[in-house]
Amino acid sequence: MTSRTCAILLFWAVLIVFFAWDWTHASPVNHRKEPAILAIGSGQAPSGGHCSAF
Amino acid sequence: MQTTLSQAGAPAVSSPASPALGQARWPLTAAIVLAVLALAWFVTVRQSVLFVIGIGMGGLLAGARFGFTTGWRRLIEARDASGVFAQIVLLAVAAAISIPLLAKFPGDLAAALGPPSISLLIGAFVFGITMQIADGCGSGTLYKAGLGIPLNMGVLPLFALGSFLGSVHLHGWLSLGAVAPVSLVRDWGAGGALALTFAGLAVFGLAAWIWSRKGGAAASSSPWNRKLLLAGIGLALLAVANLVVAGQPWGVVYGFGLWAAKVATAAGVFDPAANPFWGQAVNLRTLDQSVFLDVTSITNIGIMAGALWIAARKPSSGKPLTGRQWAAVLVAGFLLGYSSRLAFGCNVGAMVSGISTGSLHGWIWVVLAFAGSLIGVRLRRRLGV
Repeated sequence: MTSRTCAILLFWAVLIVFFAWDWTHASPVNHRKEPAILAIGSGQAPSGGHCSAF
Repeated sequence: MQTTLSQAGAPAVSSPASPALGQARWPLTAAIVLAVLALAWFVTVRQSVLFVIGIGMGGLLAGARFGFTTGWRRLIEARDASGVFAQIVLLAVAAAISIPLLAKFPGDLAAALGPPSISLLIGAFVFGITMQIADGCGSGTLYKAGLGIPLNMGVLPLFALGSFLGSVHLHGWLSLGAVAPVSLVRDWGAGGALALTFAGLAVFGLAAWIWSRKGGAAASSSPWNRKLLLAGIGLALLAVANLVVAGQPWGVVYGFGLWAAKVATAAGVFDPAANPFWGQAVNLRTLDQSVFLDVTSITNIGIMAGALWIAARKPSSGKPLTGRQWAAVLVAGFLLGYSSRLAFGCNVGAMVSGISTGSLHGWIWVVLAFAGSLIGVRLRRRLGV
């Protein structure tokens, strides 16, 4: 295994640990409030965060 | 090992096919399919679809080495307009579809509207400088980290920290002076917004073409690069898909800041409720829920996964850096994140999404970021990065 492969594995391991930690600490997903698959035509206003927000 | 010049001009080193990575392609494909299904089952179908869109973006960015940063650098240093032309085509295609959709579905779809402000001017200029030193904008850092390039894997955490701190300080910067966001769709209608957008893109294209014809090795070659053009069109269609599915345009840096904000909040060093930005209802809710429910985070993860899949087929690595160069790149990575929040986005959130959804701030961003890049390429040369 090359050092580059090791670096990639370490990078993804850190990310996956972070996502796993976040999943266990975040509020559970409420499937009853699942949004429509397509926002367009759903009648629901977008409610996510975005880089342009202030 | 063979040193080559990548599409965007960055010295890249093509590694011999790494057996470990090459053999990982099928398990990697299986893992990605499992992740798509798991997201659909445990999170939401919409987030699963957005993850697939992100994978497509990462695959196109990495497969074609479509770099916003390097496209600008090739234009400045080698007078090669092929990367910039592909970006202009990307913007034109995305705008041609997004602007009419925004006009028709104003309640369902939102544009990337940032306020013209002192913060935007400073942020975009600094971003333009630092993206050249750190060799990547938001999407570039993501896909190159996904490809396993050490420089960008190292930059990513500092980008996230900078993005978080920039958002924490954002309201202080806004107090220096800002006006309300300007929406071309709202003020001019779909037809007027499209005409203004195409006219602006034509001016940029003409300026790039004139510059590229004034000598340099690229003057006699065609400024149209088929691979980059196809990737640009593909990215435009995926950006529109992001808008149609999520209801909001493609973004990158909000997700980075969110990840760092979660860590800072959990560590007890940050109280989001006391901050003007993170204390807003939408951001408190995003902090409380899984990152898998955040639109920007899920496409970011998809971009890295798509690039990793490409890396298993086409390995590449950056050139080795000295300690001094590493220090410069990491500082630039932090400033990249910080300035991206001051500028209300990076090349993706501000430029691609801003311009293609008719936001004035996207145009201001491009001019200031390009001015910054003129300095950035010189600093990059000086640092030998």
